Order: sequence, then C-alpha cells, then structure tokens
Amino acid sequence: MADASASGASTGRKNILKTLEFDTRLLGMVGAFILVCIVFNILTDGRFLTPRNVFNLTIQTVSVAIMATGMVFVIVTRQIDLSVGSLLATCSAIMAMTQTQILPSMGIDYGSGLIAPVAIIVGLVSGGLIGAFHGWLVGYLTIPAFIVTLGGLLVWRNVAWYLTNGQTIGPLDDNFQLLGGIGGTMGETGSWIFGAIAVVAAAYAIWQARRARIAHEFPVKPIWAEFVLMALSAALILGFIATLNAYDVPSRVLARSFEARGEVMPEGFTQGYGIPFSVLLLIAVAVIMTLVARRTRLGRYIFATGGNPDAAELSGINTRMLTVKVFAIMGVLCALAGLVASARLSFHSNDIGTLDELRVIAAAVIGGTALAGGIGTIYGAILGALIMQSLQSGMAMVGVDAPFQNIVVGGVLVLAVLIDIIYRKRTGDA
Amino acid sequence: MVDRTGTPLVEMRDVSVSFGGIKAVDHVTVDLFPGEVVGLLGHNGAGKSTLIKCLSGAYKMDAGEIYIDGELVDIQNPRDARAQNIETIYQTLALADNLDAASNLFLGRELVTPLGFVNDAQMEAETRKIMGRLNSNFKKFKDPVKALSGGQRQSVAIARAVYFNARILIMDEPTAALGPQETQMVAELINQLKEQGIGIFLIEHDVHSVMDLCDRASVMKNGQLVGTVNVDEVTDEDILSMIILGKNPEAATA
Repeated sequence: MADASASGASTGRKNILKTLEFDTRLLGMVGAFILVCIVFNILTDGRFLTPRNVFNLTIQTVSVAIMATGMVFVIVTRQIDLSVGSLLATCSAIMAMTQTQILPSMGIDYGSGLIAPVAIIVGLVSGGLIGAFHGWLVGYLTIPAFIVTLGGLLVWRNVAWYLTNGQTIGPLDDNFQLLGGIGGTMGETGSWIFGAIAVVAAAYAIWQARRARIAHEFPVKPIWAEFVLMALSAALILGFIATLNAYDVPSRVLARSFEARGEVMPEGFTQGYGIPFSVLLLIAVAVIMTLVARRTRLGRYIFATGGNPDAAELSGINTRMLTVKVFAIMGVLCALAGLVASARLSFHSNDIGTLDELRVIAAAVIGGTALAGGIGTIYGAILGALIMQSLQSGMAMVGVDAPFQNIVVGGVLVLAVLIDIIYRKRTGDA
Repeated sequence: MVDRTGTPLVEMRDVSVSFGGIKAVDHVTVDLFPGEVVGLLGHNGAGKSTLIKCLSGAYKMDAGEIYIDGELVDIQNPRDARAQNIETIYQTLALADNLDAASNLFLGRELVTPLGFVNDAQMEAETRKIMGRLNSNFKKFKDPVKALSGGQRQSVAIARAVYFNARILIMDEPTAALGPQETQMVAELINQLKEQGIGIFLIEHDVHSVMDLCDRASVMKNGQLVGTVNVDEVTDEDILSMIILGKNPEAATA
C-alpha cells in the first residue's frame, strides 16, 4: 500500500521497475547475491567466478535447495521441520543398503539397470511415508511440529546409523551416481538444446499470462516491458548454460573415455560439462513446486492455512490432512536430496546431511519465507540456498578459518531476517 | 409478511453445548422460515454465537437435532454445512489476510481449468462481477485482503456467502466494524436476500438494527432461550428487558 502511494514521488528508475512488475524483494536478494559474488571474486583474484567454481557452487547447492523448496511449504503453514537432515540420512541409508546389499542378495547383480531405479523408488517412498507420519503426529495428534521433528532429528539420524552399522556404504551404483553432479552432465549440445527450450518456454509463459489478462479485460503491462522481461530471462538462461559449458572436462578424463571405446582422442579436442543432471532435477523440482504453490488447490490451501488457520478450517479445508500432505512432500524432497547428496559423494556416509536442517531453514528464511506463516516463494528459497552456499564456499576459498565461516553464516541469517522485517515495515507489507 | 405455515427452513431443536462444566447452550430451540430474518440477541457470553456455530459446523452439539426442510441432518464440520447451502459470515470475517479477494471468495471451492489448475483469471472476473453488484467502490482486486478497510473486508466476506447461492445465511454482527454508509449497504443487501427467499440468522447487539431488519427476535441469556417474539408486536424496551432481566413479555411470545 505504502508502495503504491510512494511511487508517485519516486524516481524514474523505480517506475521502470514498477512497469516491469518486478518483485522488489527478489531484486534485493539478487542484488545481495551479485554483491557476494563480486566481493569474493575480487578477494580471490577472479577465482570465484570461474566456470569451474560456478559449476561446483551449483552442484553443492542442489541438495539443500531441493529441501528448501519443501521447507517453504512447511513454514508457510506455520510449522517447522527440524528433522530434514536426519531424514535425508535415513533415506540415503535406505537407498544405499537397497542397492549394495538387499537387491544383490535378491539376485540382482551389480551393474544391473534395475538397481538405480528400484533404490530411488524405495528411498522416495520411505521419505514420503516418514514425512506423512510426522504430519499425522502434528495434524491429527496435535503434537507441536517443533517437538515431533526435534524427536525426529534424533530418531532418524540414529535409524540411519543402525541401518548401516555406522559404516560408510559404497561405492554406489554407476547409474545412481549420475544424479550426483559431476558424475552426470548433459554435455554441451544437450545443454544448448535444453537452454533453447527453456528460453522458448519462458517467453511462452510471459505471453500466455498477457493473453489471459487481455481475455479478461484486465490491465496489462506495455508491450515493450514484456519483451524486456523475455530478453532478460533469455539472457539469464543462456548465460548460465554458457558458463557451465565453458567448464571443460579435464583432457585426461576425456582421453580415458576415448580409450575405453578403443578410439584415439583427436589433438586439441575439448568438451564442456554442461548442465549436471542434479541441477536439472532441481529445476524440475522448482517448476513443479512453484506450479503446486500457485496453480493448484493444494498450494492455495497451504497459503490460506498459513494466513489464517481458522478461516481455512471454516472454509471447509481439511487442515489436518493438509498438514500430512505438506510433511509428506517434505519427506519425499528429503529423499531426493539424499539421493543427490550421496550420489555426489559416491557413497553413503554416517554423517551425511548433518546440520542440513539449519541450512535448509536458513535458506528458506533468507529467501523471504515468513516464520509467521502465509508468505514465501520457491524461487526465493532456492536463491537463499545459493547465497548461503556462495558465502560458505567463498569464505573457504579466501581461507577464512572454519569457526569464522560458521559465525559469519549465522550472523548473515539474523541480519537477513532483520532486513526483511525493516523492508516489510517500510512497504506496509507486515 | 413471512409465511410461517409450512415447514421451517431450519429448525434447531433442543440444542445443548457444554465447555468443560459450563453449559454454553442449554436446551435451546429456534427456527427459521424462508425469506425470514431471525435476530439472535443476548449479552456477550449468552450463547448465541455458540448456538449458531453448531449450525455452521464450527462446533459440535452435545445434544439436540438440526432439521433442514423438515429433514434431520448431521452437521459435523464446515464442509457438511456448506453442502446444505448454509453460508456463514463470521464476526472475525474468517479471511486469509495474505490472499487477495478472489482467492478468499473461492477458498475451498476454487474454479479450476480442465487440467485441474486453479483458474485465477476467471475467479477474478467473477469476483469483479459480484463486487460490482455489492459494493461498486471496491477496486482492490490484486491486493491481499489485509490491505483493505473494514468495510471492504466485510464486502469480501458477504460476497463469499452470497456468491454460492446460500439458502441459509448466518451473519454474526455483520455491521460491527462498519461506518454508516456501509451499514446501510448491508441493510439493503439483507432485504434483497429476503426477497429471494433466503433465511437469515442475524446475531446482533444493537436492538435498533434488530427492530429494523428482523422479523422475529430470539433472546438468549446464560445459555438459555428467554423467548422468541415477533418484532412488530413488541417495543425495543420489551426486547431490552428480555436481554437484561431475562423477562419474557407474555403477550407477545411468537
């Protein structure tokens, strides 16, 4: 509201942003992210923004980012989930044991194409069931989510330990490892094709939204604004892909793969990694979760319940079942994150996902999810995860001592929430 | 005049609700005919809101029966009430503050596209239509409802009850937060709805609006029904003494 009344007196630059209907909070986060990148790039003499580091940063973010999208739903409904790191470990342990012990004992040998899909399905189902169980305890037995998931934090960490006897389980199946990051990428051509599709899809979505507004005789942005938006999204997508493609596979690795096929690598042959499959998975999760949040009844009910639980109940929404669904989604996403995390390591380790609950909650909160409920975006949470990971690995590159790294990350979390509170007060968007 | 010869639209028979040891509603019977406005009066804590929440599904009765068109119905939750075309405008308005007007209006009954996605554009168009009828000053379709004034929020709550063709409408102090002009708007709306044959339970504190708007008034005190009177056969003093003293003016009992 204050936003609208202030705009008359504000500068021309702000009016352009208004015409484009940009989310100012998103712009703030993007600004913070760019600032972090530039500062670290200067401090590391340009090593931070190399294709190699961007690639690593991206694949390191995936696991936390996947869980952060689910945490948005949990926090929006005024709940919390402290058990995600432990749940990730349990799912990872289940998937590791399935592929290294259970399936081979059933006669499905190493290298069988069945191993990865069966292990993944078992993991996702386990995650979903455990999450639904949490949701049932919270929704139907009305135990506070804080307590249920605090218990879960201990329980599932040690269930994982029990399942594996505390051992490191590996190596994991080759196909399973494809989703780990560097172990599976689309290559340059595939990445460009994906990029082209993404650019067309983004432009189509913008155009379709405009047509829907015209069809219902609602006001629309000027046509140039739509084209600016399309150009911006295309530049972002293609720039990201160009960067990932510019990270070349080491020539020794390439030479080995040629040898394996009985060929000789041509002189001067290079090949970029392109988009990792794990990043593709994150993009798919982000698109689906955004669709759920904005375009489905489930998403509408999640936000309505967060805004006013009594109103949601009185409107005939089954808020108990909704809680079960939200926690079940969170569980499935923990399993997906466990898949990516263990595949990236190429084995399951006993401490996998330790402290992830804090990273995930921090990512969601830095991304603008309000702990009071009712407000939050999927893209914000992913950006929040990216900012956290950038800080962490940037500081590691600069050589900041480990204790100071965590001190800074903790401080940034508190500061981000303070800035958010001030922002909401200013815009009257309390 | 309201025709009360047929079957009542709603009959709540011998309803009791207790919270802990306290009888919030104690063997109360009220009824409502099509095209009638029945006012429910009483002090704070007299039990009128509790009674009516049994009809809207927000509370469960400990004893008693609800008949709609003479048939016994079982209302366990707000979904059951909606299935009986009972719509409620709560005193707190029961709006999700973070959502816009259209999302609130259709909450729980979203319009969907053939693919099962919510059809926001169509819901907004429908909201614009009904708001044009109810409150043509309403312009803030894109803002979350927390950005709206009390009257505008009330319009959203009323639009939600009216849009879905309610047969039985429950209004819990609909004018409590409103200015004079908006109060007038609600009064006109109530008369409009009456003409369409909708039955309305109106919970009110203000005896004068009851005298203006209602056909009958049922007065409660300490969880019990003091009595039900025809509004045009009593004075406002009669009603006040029912509320304050719990005294029933014998002659006028309906």
